[in-house]
Amino acid sequence: GFCHLYDGQEAVATGINAAFEPEDDWITSYRCHCIALLRGGTIKEIVGELFGLSCGMSQAKGGSMHFYNKAGHFWGGAGIVGAQVPLGTGLAFANKYAVKPGEPMNVAIGCYGDGAANQGQIWESANMASLWKLPMIFCIENNQYGMGTSIDRHSSHSDYYKMGNHIPGIRIDGMNVLAVKKGMEFVREFASTGNGPMYVEMMTYRYHGHSMSDPGTTYRNREEIAFTRSTRDPLEFVKKTMIDAGFATAEELKETEKRIRKAVQKEVMEAKESARPSLDSLITHVYAADVETKGNQEYPDHIRMPDYAKSFWNTQ
Amino acid sequence: GFANKTKMNLFTAINSAMQTALETDPSTVIFGEDVGFGGVFRCSTGLRDQFGSDRVFNTPLSETGIAGFAIGYAAQGGTSVAEIQFADYIFPALDQLVNEMSKFRYRSGNQWNCGGVTVRTPVGAVGHGGHYHSQSPEAYLAHTPGLVVVMPRGPRAAKGLLLSSIRSKDPVIFMEPKALYRASVEDVPDDDYMIPLGKAEILRSGSDVTVVGWGGQLRILQKACDMAQSEHGISCELIDLRTILPWDVDCVVDSTEKTGKLVVSHEAPITCGFGAEVVATVQERSFLSLEAPIQRVCGYDTPFPLVFEKYYIPDELKNLEAIKKVVDYAQ
Repeated sequence: GFCHLYDGQEAVATGINAAFEPEDDWITSYRCHCIALLRGGTIKEIVGELFGLSCGMSQAKGGSMHFYNKAGHFWGGAGIVGAQVPLGTGLAFANKYAVKPGEPMNVAIGCYGDGAANQGQIWESANMASLWKLPMIFCIENNQYGMGTSIDRHSSHSDYYKMGNHIPGIRIDGMNVLAVKKGMEFVREFASTGNGPMYVEMMTYRYHGHSMSDPGTTYRNREEIAFTRSTRDPLEFVKKTMIDAGFATAEELKETEKRIRKAVQKEVMEAKESARPSLDSLITHVYAADVETKGNQEYPDHIRMPDYAKSFWNTQ
Repeated sequence: GFANKTKMNLFTAINSAMQTALETDPSTVIFGEDVGFGGVFRCSTGLRDQFGSDRVFNTPLSETGIAGFAIGYAAQGGTSVAEIQFADYIFPALDQLVNEMSKFRYRSGNQWNCGGVTVRTPVGAVGHGGHYHSQSPEAYLAHTPGLVVVMPRGPRAAKGLLLSSIRSKDPVIFMEPKALYRASVEDVPDDDYMIPLGKAEILRSGSDVTVVGWGGQLRILQKACDMAQSEHGISCELIDLRTILPWDVDCVVDSTEKTGKLVVSHEAPITCGFGAEVVATVQERSFLSLEAPIQRVCGYDTPFPLVFEKYYIPDELKNLEAIKKVVDYAQ
């Protein structure tokens, strides 16, 4: 399926995850590979899904945009822009409904882009979350572009953290993983203790285009991309901080990178060995009861597949 | 015939139609997500440079807003060409299309209308689109009296049908088979020309069986008809509906009464697909002419799959089988 890369934005997902409990619920857009990995996914499952093989996280049903992990409280992985936000609000409501008296609630975070921020359904969800004081976090990953349109050309105001009106909002440097972590600890504390929702704007950047079909250079210039990479890169920040603080030497970090590369490569090769999913996965999971068939039909009632036995291509 | 023709693919033909519309009607505006730089499928390439950004402009990511905005502009007498980037995204706008656009003339007792609206949107399988970049939602929209739904099968049909759609006095949803944007190349007249809406086209005459489809499916049906002729000596009459709502009932009924057999094929899921409407109407009008049960060859009743797209698609082999089935039944 269409593939949307997250490189440049890694500090956002990593910082949020560091501030969260494993039972907090996370839903995001199609730019979901990193979050899928953080929330219980393995490289093998992610790459397997991209390859369309049965070891994939969603058994290759959906591909790049549709990673889901129930155990990891990771709700995907959405194809339709903005649709994840009302869903996230519902997740937050469930968390509030189920919480035991006196205990803090698990939060739900809905991540979406600057392009999505003007979707009507987000305003609707924000109103509901505020009205009912839900433990919901509206997280705008502002990478400055709604696909091919820059923020000043798709949004009448771009202080996204203020978009909640009376809902408090906070703007965080999304390229600094420590800032993200500290900021999200604050946000989580606020939302999980009955104060209602909060808006979070992560100032970040994506190096690649919107998706693999987009070169990313028809609407912005290469100097901008290179400049961001050389001055604000999230991974370089981590390395530099560790070296400056004496936690590691440059050589140790190089060794670590080598080790990680090897491990990733190993998992990719393992994924490649996996089998293709069986044709059954085309028709299963449409309904709850669709694994049951009636009579002597091979497929459930609502699937009117051709009967191969009667086909004139079947020359047996 | 037209004097000057150019080899064009589908997106170039659509570009040509929009350019003509902008030239001939100064109230025409074209808008949608990312249309300014040319659009994700390049249909609006060069138009902003030529006509200015007050006539060709980007909207935010707001389908409901885009649809409502198009209606309002048209209601005041303008011509709006709104693009919904993929038909899979048309559903937030469905309320505007069904509840506002289709009822605008009716509810005001003809005081106003929004006939100036044309909503363009790419539809259909593209090989790797998965759940949300492959859908064909014509059935949802055809269920709405007051709308016109059009789907061209190639560049030459597209330019003429799009100009008719833009100039139609009714709001039109113009569905473009995305797999054909680059793949389908035809000689397209350079001139301004229109193809009538509401009229089907018979692509090949035949005597044994009537085969009906629309949009990208016609390429597949042509192959199936070729195979039926060369391998089984079956003579197929192939009809392109071109307009799905209102559809050319007489054309299909007359053909079926001649051949006695009918096969309808579409990519969208079979249950309540538009094929069901065709079948129901034909059997009602021509029951005694039918020599075999009518066959529908369609997508399965599942979400559009990613890995198994090739199995899901109603390809030429499945259609050939259906053609042979009705012919054998009638013997």
